[in-house]
Amino acid sequence: MSRVDVRKTHKLFIGGAFPRSESGRTYEVTDSKDQFLANMALASRKDARDAVLAARSAVAKWSTATAYNRGQVLYRIAEVMEGRREQFISEVSDSEGVSSRKAGAHVDAAIDRWVWYAGWADKYAQVIGNTNPVAGPFFNFSVPEPTGVVAAVAPQDASILGLVSVVAPIIVTGNAVIVMPSSSRPIPAITLAECLATSDVPAGVVNILTGAPAEVMPWLAEHADVNALDGAAPHADWQATPSLSRMRAFVEVKTVWHPMGV
Amino acid sequence: MADQMRFTNKESDATVDNSTLTSLLHGLPGVDQVGLEGRAATLATRSIKKDSKIWAIDTAISMVDLTTLEGMDTDGKVRALCAKALHPDPTDPTCPAVAAVCVYGDLVATTRACVKDRVHVAAVATAFPSGRASMDVKLMDTKQAVADGADEIDMVIDRGAFLAGNYAKVFEEIVAVKEACGDAHLKVILETGELKTYDNVRRASWLAMQAGADFIKTSTGKVSPAATLPVTLLMLEAVRDFADQTGTRIGVKAAGGIKTSKDAIRYLVMVNETVGEDWLNPDMFRFGASTLLNDLLMQRQRMRDGHYSGPDYVTID
Repeated sequence: MSRVDVRKTHKLFIGGAFPRSESGRTYEVTDSKDQFLANMALASRKDARDAVLAARSAVAKWSTATAYNRGQVLYRIAEVMEGRREQFISEVSDSEGVSSRKAGAHVDAAIDRWVWYAGWADKYAQVIGNTNPVAGPFFNFSVPEPTGVVAAVAPQDASILGLVSVVAPIIVTGNAVIVMPSSSRPIPAITLAECLATSDVPAGVVNILTGAPAEVMPWLAEHADVNALDGAAPHADWQATPSLSRMRAFVEVKTVWHPMGV
Repeated sequence: MADQMRFTNKESDATVDNSTLTSLLHGLPGVDQVGLEGRAATLATRSIKKDSKIWAIDTAISMVDLTTLEGMDTDGKVRALCAKALHPDPTDPTCPAVAAVCVYGDLVATTRACVKDRVHVAAVATAFPSGRASMDVKLMDTKQAVADGADEIDMVIDRGAFLAGNYAKVFEEIVAVKEACGDAHLKVILETGELKTYDNVRRASWLAMQAGADFIKTSTGKVSPAATLPVTLLMLEAVRDFADQTGTRIGVKAAGGIKTSKDAIRYLVMVNETVGEDWLNPDMFRFGASTLLNDLLMQRQRMRDGHYSGPDYVTID
């Protein structure tokens, strides 16, 4: 007897859960040869609003987690992704129309990127922050603080490496993110969501909305509870070694005065 | 139920016989739980269009009893709350004031001094929230709050006596507190979360209305579950039937657990569909809330500005 296919329903990732789009809308994605690949949820304005709510409620806990803890969580994401390496390779290969070997290189680079940023979790503050010399009996510190809720668009071509490169620096610095992955190649993003859901990332820290960035991003841009927008994705070279600049972009440096000897 | 409910009217002798009360309250028809919850769920799906929503949000704001009932309340906290009650959205002078500020009895004087007579001052009394104190203490509590300037008293019923079937005790307490209130409005808190069954909620509603309550209120907010849609619907139905029989209109206050504008609008739909438009004003329907107000304000700002607002744009407390 032949086995009945178990077909996957791809959904959004909001507040640690996998809801369908509130609108009930879906869209088709195809592989590089225009063959049907899957139906994806098409995010709506209300999904965007729900994602902002989820992100906002996650910020308080995530931004005050210790740097060490955030680093451990990011490293855990890399571990869980490693366990699903074969699945990622086949999905990237299908979506982008590249060979398994090339897809494997992308996936490995994406996993390594989590590890790279995990290492920075308890170090970026030393590099971006400072102890400033002042002419008085005070300590004066420059302290990098998380910006809050960030809405980001991931690169439209690099389905996994680009997405990880966008998300990792935002969350390692203690922010929560609402990210729109590649709209034509979104499947690896949802698999990444499944990794995030099982790697101790608190619910709401990463929210993934599949769909049309041109439709959803304006709503996120005008939402008063979104603290930062990241539209850098299309212009960046994601193969290049990352630098501190993306982490610096998502922190605000506060100056703190404290009397000496108290 | 028409004739059997014409028991001890509040104008008549206040001392009542417990067995008479028991037989009358237990003679009320049983509540159809599935039907009640189904009806509440159906009303909650009603679609509200933009113009109605703008009206509903302003109406809901004007119905809020802005509440702080914490052991850590200070005069300063209460003054901040009063300022917010008078001008919920400082960026928009067209935003209506709330209905009342609701505080513990010892903070009534501070509250009254702040709000003057621009909004009502409600005080919780009678050993809120447990209601476990002697009758003398409860009456003193009430009288003191009224003397300090409260024009609304939120009392709790003795749930222990109610659940033990001692309805006469509950009845007499409400009558006595009503008398101690003088001109102040009396809201009777049923604490539906502790009454356990819908039948008990219906009985407690009738008992309180007969004993002279001006308002019946779902909960203290200290017990979970607090206000729910089915419980409030049941109380609204009791109020409707009571008005049909006696001609006396009793108000309803839903308190505790209502946090979003969407929830608040669902309550307003339910009020409109159950008791009608006459109850859609702050004299007949209230929300007891603290966090709800901020969500209403954010939705109001969204309607005004055309984009979503956030918690950075409303005051804390």
